[in-house]
Amino acid sequence: MAIRQAALDVLARPAPGPSPREFATPRRRAAQAGWNVLWTGVTGLATLWIVLIVVVILGTVVLGGWRTVTPTFLFKNPEQGMTAGGIFPAIFGTCALVFLMIIAVLPVGVLAAVYLHEYARASSPLTKLVRFAVNNLAGVPSIVFGLFGLGFFVQFLGRGMDRAMGLDVVFGQPAILWAALTLALLNLPVVIVATEEALRAVPRTAREGALALGATRWQMVRHVVLPQALPGVLTGAILSVSRGAGEVAPILFTGAAYYLPYLPTSPTDQFMELGYHVYVLATQSPDVERTLPLLYGTVLVLLGLTFALNFTAIFLRAKIRRGMGLGDTA
Amino acid sequence: MGDRVAEFAIAASALATVIGIVLVFVFVLREALPVLTNPEVMREANLGKFFGPGPWQPVSDLPRYAFAPLLVGMFKATLVAVGTAVPIAVLAALYTSEFAPRAARELLKPVVELLAGIPSVVLGFFALIVLASVVQGVTGSQSRLNALNAGLALGFAILPVVYSVSEDALRAVPRSYREAALALGASPWQTAFRVTLPAAWAGIFAAVMLGVGRAVGETMIVLMASGNAALVSLSLTDSVRTLSATIAAELAEVVVGSPHYATLFFIGTLLFAVTFVLNVLAGLMVDHMRRRLAGA
Amino acid sequence: MTETLAMTEPTTAATAATAAPVAPRPASRMTASALPAPVQGDPAAPGRIALTVEKLSFFYGKSQALFGVSLAVPERSVTALIGPSGCGKSTLLRTFNRMNDLIDGARVEGVVTLDGEDLYRPGVDVVDLRRRVGMVFQRANPFPKSIYENVAFGPRMLGMKSGGEMDDLVERTLRQAALWDEVRERLKDSALRLSGGQQQRLCIARSLAVDPEVLLMDEPASALDPTSTAKIEELVLDLKARYTIVVVTHNMQQAARISDQTAFLMQGKLVEVDATSRIFTQPRERLTEDYITGRFG
Repeated sequence: MAIRQAALDVLARPAPGPSPREFATPRRRAAQAGWNVLWTGVTGLATLWIVLIVVVILGTVVLGGWRTVTPTFLFKNPEQGMTAGGIFPAIFGTCALVFLMIIAVLPVGVLAAVYLHEYARASSPLTKLVRFAVNNLAGVPSIVFGLFGLGFFVQFLGRGMDRAMGLDVVFGQPAILWAALTLALLNLPVVIVATEEALRAVPRTAREGALALGATRWQMVRHVVLPQALPGVLTGAILSVSRGAGEVAPILFTGAAYYLPYLPTSPTDQFMELGYHVYVLATQSPDVERTLPLLYGTVLVLLGLTFALNFTAIFLRAKIRRGMGLGDTA
Repeated sequence: MGDRVAEFAIAASALATVIGIVLVFVFVLREALPVLTNPEVMREANLGKFFGPGPWQPVSDLPRYAFAPLLVGMFKATLVAVGTAVPIAVLAALYTSEFAPRAARELLKPVVELLAGIPSVVLGFFALIVLASVVQGVTGSQSRLNALNAGLALGFAILPVVYSVSEDALRAVPRSYREAALALGASPWQTAFRVTLPAAWAGIFAAVMLGVGRAVGETMIVLMASGNAALVSLSLTDSVRTLSATIAAELAEVVVGSPHYATLFFIGTLLFAVTFVLNVLAGLMVDHMRRRLAGA
Repeated sequence: MTETLAMTEPTTAATAATAAPVAPRPASRMTASALPAPVQGDPAAPGRIALTVEKLSFFYGKSQALFGVSLAVPERSVTALIGPSGCGKSTLLRTFNRMNDLIDGARVEGVVTLDGEDLYRPGVDVVDLRRRVGMVFQRANPFPKSIYENVAFGPRMLGMKSGGEMDDLVERTLRQAALWDEVRERLKDSALRLSGGQQQRLCIARSLAVDPEVLLMDEPASALDPTSTAKIEELVLDLKARYTIVVVTHNMQQAARISDQTAFLMQGKLVEVDATSRIFTQPRERLTEDYITGRFG
């Protein structure tokens, strides 16, 4: 065949022009090795820089605040016009806020994830719509959630409820209830994604076993899948709590306050909150020098809280992933 | 418990997500509508005034609502954030996926997650109290709080997302490409820059878009660290005010239903739309990349 | 061309070791060692030894994949590595271009030489080694670039600039791979649009573009249809005029068709190596005979 003959001809002839082999001079090879070292160094430095950033931020907070954070600080009320004392109400308010948030977000998030993983058909338009909604909910700026909280919960729902119940202004104002619901919507994607991951980890055999015994889909989910997915669901809950405790923009106009003489005991109360406290103390303090230690202390408490929660979630997740191999032994 | 009840609750929850995002858009837009429909409001605040020239002076005898200073501020801060964070994040992602021993990757992942876990109000605090002094010392600028300061802190905030998505994109490039390149006598860095990185570009582009989206929407950092002066200037060391921070700074004092109020909600709608588009684009890029590599 | 395998009485390993070599031992830069006698590929060429392994053992972490393998590969010939799956033939192949280095915990004991130089001594330029010893993989893996760019990749990495010389080089290597006529009109098209067989020939061209000394092929045709396989086999036979080739294959008929020397491995040990014509008709080892006759897979 002509083609083979051509190939053989080419193979037989010595190649005209410089062979690529000649480019591989020792000088060039040394240069290559040099470039390798350079790029490994540059990229390695970039990595180190990230580590440095984290260390410096954490370091300054810890160094600036550890002296302030004493048990009294944690449990006392603020005094002397917020320039001394403790931050107990802020801690309490934060806890109350995330508690309400979790009650709202966990059931909806878990069930939505159950829908996506156990009931939905991958190609159905509803499934695609839900996934689209979840992905985009995750990308909405937190200040827009704040606006939504104000425009929908406070103005629309709150005022509507007041009018319907013939009240003056009870629900139609910033309240811990509305702030919690706003945060719940913001954290919905977090819970959904974590729950879906947990559901995926439950082996198919467990599901098939239940169905083969004549259980309905819901019975299978409730009695077999969800219990096994519990650690993952817990991870999602913890992550959402961590985020909920740290986000300030959504609660700026939906219920957070700087100084309150009372603790929030009703859903219509306003509340003090750690993150909001940091913001106000940092930007509107009457006496910057005196409040600086307080500020550092509050930041340290907030960071400590979010990190403790994050670490727990990460630890849980790692434990789940390691235990996945044992999932099949029924 | 009745199956019907449970399955109803499940479907309702799924729908809640869809309803949720629709509601967010609808109710933010609702409060903004007066600038598009109410003639009285529109005398003071309308699209022409928003996107025309002028200062941003909503609280004055003659209120002016030009977005220009806010857009300039947002642009400057985002530029600094993206300019500082993206190269570092992508280089670090290259390191952990191409050059580093496994130990380095296992170390960096938790560090990045730690950084991601720092609330933005804490980053804002850090920028306000610590970073601003450093920056002022280095640049000798007049204003302590400015675009550079806020931009750097914004960069910290977007580092985790740009790093994670870039690293995922790089690791998604099939091993066979790397092996083929190395087997041809390409050096590791040649392989990384001429084969792996180009193959992953769609994912990296998506990472950058997600970073930009996050920077544009971020509020607390800018609120605390940028100086909040609605100036139009090219200098990075001037104080700036961004769209997101404007909402946060001014909504507390505003009269419900006033043109100012509606304008702030309009800005919110704008932010929603911009980040929405960026997220959709980023999602499309990731899909595109997955399909392209799967075809190999 | 299936050979009828006339079975003689199985001989013991002792008699195998004393079998007379086929041709006089060629001069080489190696010191005398207990390597099995190399087989001449082309009687016209005096046949130096291109590659050797001496008592090579290979470890993936704690588990051992190769046990004291010794083998000599003459230049400009085709050596086939056969054996059941998991026997270590791919691992052995990858020691020739140190692609095993990419795996965590890979460890080598023994000596691997190319033109007499030890490949695993400290200070070896692995990048350059991989240019000199090319590899074609089981599944064709062209880059998601154009056909032209795939072939030009290697030379570009070496520093060759675009231009007439590059065009000539691309054409030359595509001709060597018997692919030029099929792609000359569409060099700028994506390589991923080619058929499986064409992609594999493109990968071969790509490897040839850096002017290697040795070409390693890891089951190059196993993912291809019979027609493409035949083309690849033809190509291998043509290429041996210029390059030293080592082919891993699980297809014994293929090994018999294209190779001059065949090595049979099992469970990491080299059972037997001999001229292809002899190993398939008069294997010395019982194990080899069993494998060739299909008594185990």
